[in-house]
Amino acid sequence: MRIRERQRAMGNLVTMDDLTNDDIVSILDDAERLVPVAKGDILLPLLQGKVLANMFFENSTRTRMSFETAMKRLGGSVLNFSSVGTSVSKGETLYDTMQMIDGYADIAAIRHPRQGAAQYSADAVDIPILNAGDGAGNHPTQTMLDLFTIRQSHGKMDGLNVVLVGDLRYGRTVHSLSHALVRFGASLTLVSPSSLKMPAEIVSDLKSHGADVTETESLDGQISDADVIYMTRIQKERFPDEEEYSKVAGIYRIEAASLVGAKKGMIIMHPLPRVDEIAPSVDSSEFAKYFQQAFNGVPTRMALLCRSLGVEVPKKVS
Amino acid sequence: MSEMRRVTAIRNGTVVDHIPSGYAMQVIRILRINTERATPVSLVMNVPSDKLGRKDVLKIEDRELDQEDLDRLALIAPAASIAIIRNHAVAEKMRVELGDDLVNIAKCSFPNCITKNDREPLPQRMKVVSREPLEVRCYYCGRGQEIDELIGNII
Repeated sequence: MRIRERQRAMGNLVTMDDLTNDDIVSILDDAERLVPVAKGDILLPLLQGKVLANMFFENSTRTRMSFETAMKRLGGSVLNFSSVGTSVSKGETLYDTMQMIDGYADIAAIRHPRQGAAQYSADAVDIPILNAGDGAGNHPTQTMLDLFTIRQSHGKMDGLNVVLVGDLRYGRTVHSLSHALVRFGASLTLVSPSSLKMPAEIVSDLKSHGADVTETESLDGQISDADVIYMTRIQKERFPDEEEYSKVAGIYRIEAASLVGAKKGMIIMHPLPRVDEIAPSVDSSEFAKYFQQAFNGVPTRMALLCRSLGVEVPKKVS
Repeated sequence: MSEMRRVTAIRNGTVVDHIPSGYAMQVIRILRINTERATPVSLVMNVPSDKLGRKDVLKIEDRELDQEDLDRLALIAPAASIAIIRNHAVAEKMRVELGDDLVNIAKCSFPNCITKNDREPLPQRMKVVSREPLEVRCYYCGRGQEIDELIGNII
C-alpha cells in the first residue's frame, strides 16, 4: 500500500491529499447532521471514553478551542498541551513528545511552527494525527470548515469564482484551501503583494489540475465577479524583520463601501484573527460569513474526529 | 576512436556511462568521491552518444558502486549505465532506477522544515513528484529543491 493510501486507511489528515472528493463530501454531510450537537441542542456521546490530545506547539485560539468543544460535545475528553513550560522547552524532540502522547490519547491534533511536523508526527506514532497547522504548510481541518461554509452559503462547491487575498506565501489556510477548491473546479484569483505570492510549487500544482488561476497584486475590480472573497491576515510573526512587514501591512482592506456591485450571495470569509483587513462596518452586511465560519469549525471537527476514530455518524441525528 | 577508449581501460572499478553531458563533476560530488585521495578517476565529457546526443563518462578505479550509490546517481543521471570491472573484464552490469521515495539520500533545504532539528530521529525523506523534468520535494514539508541545491544537500 502506498504511503498516502495507508494514511487514508489509518485516519490521519495531514494534507488535503489524504481525502478524496467523495471523502470530503461525506465528511461535510456528517458535519451538517452534527450541527445541532455542536450547538448543544442534542446530546450525542459518540466519542465517550475517547481522549483527544490537543498538541499545540504554537498559539491558537479558534482551532484549539473548537477541537476541544467538538470532542467534549461528543462525550470525549481532551488533554491540552502547550510547549511552554513543558519538556519541549527542555529540548525534547517532537518524536519523543509524540511517543508519550501515543500512550495517553486515542487521537491527536497537532499545531507546530515547523513545516512538516504533522507528517513527521503521523510517521512517529500509531494514533491518528490531525494537522491543525504546520508552519506555513497546511491546515486541512480549516479547509474542511471553509468548504463547509462555502457549501452552506452557495449550496455547492463546484465551479465557483474564489478570490484569495493577502498573505498567500505564509498563509497555510490558503495553501490547503486552494488545493481543495481546484479539485471542485473553482477558478482562483490570487491577490497578494509580490513578496507574499503563493509559492511556485503550489501554483504549479493548481495549474496541473487544469485550474484557471490568475495572480494579481490589486484587489480593485475583483469583487464584482467573486462568489467568495477569502481575506487573510498579513502574519507579522512569519516575517524575518519588521521593515519587510511594514511594507505590506494593511495593504488590502475591505469596507462596507467596497462591496457596492458585489454579486448577490457573494460571501466574505476570513480564518481569523483579523487585524484591519475587514472593517467592522462589513460585519453586519449580508456578505460577512467569518463568524459563522468560526462556529463551523465545531461540527466539521466533530465529523473529522469521528471519521479518524472509525466512529460512524448516524444518518439521522435526533 | 570509440569514446570508451579516450581514456585507458581500468583493471578494477566502475564505469559510469551515459551521464548527461556536463554533469560528470556533479556525479563525482554525488558519489562522494574524494578527489584528493589517490584513487584514479578518469573523466570524459561531451562525447557523442546515440542515446543522449552528447554524454559524459566516468571511470572510477578500485571502487565498486553499491545500490545506495545508484540511488543517489539516479537523481542526476537517470539513464546512466554502470559496469563493474574486475580484472579488465565487465563482471556486472547495472542500471540506475529512480525510486518514488528517497530515504536518507539528501537533506531538505527549507530552513523551517521539521527535519532541520538534527536531533529528530526519523530519516530524511524526499518524494519524486516528476521524473521528466526531475522534481523532488521533501516528504515532510513539501518544499522542492533545484537539482544543484539538491546535490549540495546529499547526505
